[in-house]
Amino acid sequence: MSQSPIIQFEHVNFQYESQTEPTLKDINFTIQKGEKVLIAGPSGSGKSTLGKILNGMIPEDYPGELSGNITINGQSFNDLDVFKLSFEVGTVLQDPDSQFVGLTVAEDIAFALENDAKPQSEIHQRVSDWAKRLDVAEIISNHPQDISGGQKQRVSLAGVLIGDEPILLLDEPLANLDPAAGEASIELLDHLSHKEDLTVIIIEHRIEEVLHRPIDRLLLIDDGKLIANDTPNQILKSGVLTEVGLREPLYLTALRACGIEVSELPEVDELSKIELPDNGTAVLQWDVEHPIQPNSDGAEPLLEIRNLQFNYPNRSIFNNFNLTINKGEMVAIVGKNGTGKTTLSNLITGFLHPNQGEIKLAGTNLDDLSIKERAEHIGYILQDPNQMISKDMIFDEVALGLRLRGLDEEIIKEKVLSTLKVTGLYPFRNWPIRALSFGQKKRVTIASILVLDPEVMILDEPTAGQDLAHYSEIMDFLEELNRTQQLTTIFITHDMYLMLEYADRAVALSDGEIIADTLPINVLTNDDVVKAASLTHTSLQSLGTLANLENPARFAQGFVDYQKEVRHHE
Amino acid sequence: MSNDTNILGYHPGSTFFHQLNGTTKILGLVLLTLIGMISFNTWYLILLCVLSVVAFISAKIKWQEVRTLTIAIILFTLLNLVLIYAFGPNYGSALYHSRHVIIGGNSFFALTWEELFYLFNMFLKYLFAVPLVYVFLFTTNPSEFAASLNRIGIPYKISYSIAIALRYIPDVQYEFHQISLSQQARGLELSKKAHLWRRLTSSSRILIPLIFNSLDRIETVSRAMRLRRFGTRKTRTWYMNKPGSKKDWWMLGIIVGLTILGLLLFIVDSGRYFNPFK
Repeated sequence: MSQSPIIQFEHVNFQYESQTEPTLKDINFTIQKGEKVLIAGPSGSGKSTLGKILNGMIPEDYPGELSGNITINGQSFNDLDVFKLSFEVGTVLQDPDSQFVGLTVAEDIAFALENDAKPQSEIHQRVSDWAKRLDVAEIISNHPQDISGGQKQRVSLAGVLIGDEPILLLDEPLANLDPAAGEASIELLDHLSHKEDLTVIIIEHRIEEVLHRPIDRLLLIDDGKLIANDTPNQILKSGVLTEVGLREPLYLTALRACGIEVSELPEVDELSKIELPDNGTAVLQWDVEHPIQPNSDGAEPLLEIRNLQFNYPNRSIFNNFNLTINKGEMVAIVGKNGTGKTTLSNLITGFLHPNQGEIKLAGTNLDDLSIKERAEHIGYILQDPNQMISKDMIFDEVALGLRLRGLDEEIIKEKVLSTLKVTGLYPFRNWPIRALSFGQKKRVTIASILVLDPEVMILDEPTAGQDLAHYSEIMDFLEELNRTQQLTTIFITHDMYLMLEYADRAVALSDGEIIADTLPINVLTNDDVVKAASLTHTSLQSLGTLANLENPARFAQGFVDYQKEVRHHE
Repeated sequence: MSNDTNILGYHPGSTFFHQLNGTTKILGLVLLTLIGMISFNTWYLILLCVLSVVAFISAKIKWQEVRTLTIAIILFTLLNLVLIYAFGPNYGSALYHSRHVIIGGNSFFALTWEELFYLFNMFLKYLFAVPLVYVFLFTTNPSEFAASLNRIGIPYKISYSIAIALRYIPDVQYEFHQISLSQQARGLELSKKAHLWRRLTSSSRILIPLIFNSLDRIETVSRAMRLRRFGTRKTRTWYMNKPGSKKDWWMLGIIVGLTILGLLLFIVDSGRYFNPFK
């Protein structure tokens, strides 16, 4: 790689106008042309702020005090604005839906060129060229809302790459993708970075997923400071990721637990490069010592779905669908995006009505009950907290459901405060909700449902937008409720570790049918299910395979259980 | 939400009107509406009505999709005519300089043929443009429409805002629905089980999150647009800009011809009004 710096930060500080503390403190780094860099850090560390500086949104859109020297592609930052920077840095925003401006895929790809007032014939030429390169040529006249998450991301990429900017910046590219689509996306970025001679900057906290393909350098931000700037290999060996509350690749955690000294291994950034000492005896030993605990089950049906049939005007979703959820279970529903997971929860909560079939809760048919009446028993946490929140203050938001039920204000206060305490929101109780991060808002919505004492909780993507520390906190809390109060919990997720860690049963859907209803590990051992549900194998399993274990999935489960055990003892 | 067919918006297709350029359609709509508003030549208005129904049929728009709205417009027009009559029952006589009473003798509210004829003209004027508007809305791609507006001289930022507003209507509808559902799941009764008044006042709760979310969305979209250089140049090109074809020239010819015919009739009638009572 030729050494020519394309981005340089020298003593950069930034403080948002509305805040009393700087968000970025004395940041220094250089990125060379053609490098592929991952910027990681826990929620609120300042990594997104760094991205906003790179595309010029800071200070133009987010006023504040910016100091230090920044050079981008040979130009001083002071001479650049959003417009000039947009020729250097192409940005793919986190949520592709909000990035789409065009009415069709083609127009969205064309957007930048239209704004550059390029001749129409040239635009058509380049759009069809880029659509082919990113494999979206077939859907070029579709509406953006009618295509899959992975396709959306490829369209966003095409719309940015068409401008020929030398730097590509991606803000949490994995946030809205299912595991298989996420892998495909990382592979695509790798391919593009080689082929198009791009400098790629990825902002993400899912380190293991990004490392699915090699990256050149990892910048680790914590509390506004750059605390590591090195090859992924070096940083992984140092173990610093776990210290700042990020999840290191789980195979490394497992190796450490097996007593293998990770820092002494030559290369650890790819599982396939790891050479296990003594052919993996330590892993084998550990596996033997940690058999998984069978679940004790006294099955008492709580939620019964019988012969369910449902279709949207031009698309059939469920046809003769049957599922029983027992009291006190923690069930993970997994499967590809668009396969009916959210539709199922919408049918249970009464947001949608089935064409045929019945849904019963504790023997009562829900058919005649309104959404409100069902909500007395079933709590539903939507994926997007903004669709749930309607009050300005956290306390009022959590109290809303109780007030609608006409409870005494004294009792309300008591209940709300105790719920705020268990959800870790107590210190913020008098804050306006708009000051919270996405993850904190999500916790507010969970608190606002929990306070109503539901019998069943349905959570749609509970961990989206949460870093490890926060999501463990919420899930541990739900699990405790599940244990102590038999709260039946159903969660829809893409996160395989979440499923292994918390679910005692996994239901995998594909095209509206249940393709597996079993223990979480059994979902992952069945290759057909993994593929049909757009899941991926966990690296723990691969580690088990590497150590020649008889049942690598059981090792994965055993390890996840063990880790939880350790955390509970801390 | 894109499955919803009852949306007044672009429905892809391949009819003659789908193939026409947006500029042709907007010019046609504007010119014909103007001349139709000015002219009181009944034969001419009938001709416009027939032609616009022909256009509606050939654009293959399903009657079901516009039925409710059309009925509402007709009812509203009739109500309007009743009011015109109520406020000036002798306006027709004054206009046509004669008085042929049908019923009511010499009273103020006597119904005359002249008044009836005047109201009939008004009715035609109100209605002839409705099918044309449908044809325009259903067969014109919003992006192409924006391009057309820009081409006839409207600044591109305004043209684009109109297109993007049209594009986001279904999204906002969807969002409203989602928020309403999640509020109900918190214990707000909005189903038929609550009183109508309660449902109406409760619905207002949905507006606050909807407004905040829409503002957020506007902010994000405008940011996404600026990151791809929208609004920095004086001009902009359009992916969807359709070059005019022979069909457009033919159509423009017909439109201009019709307009000139309407103007010529002013000379024939010596004024805007065709008077059968002379």
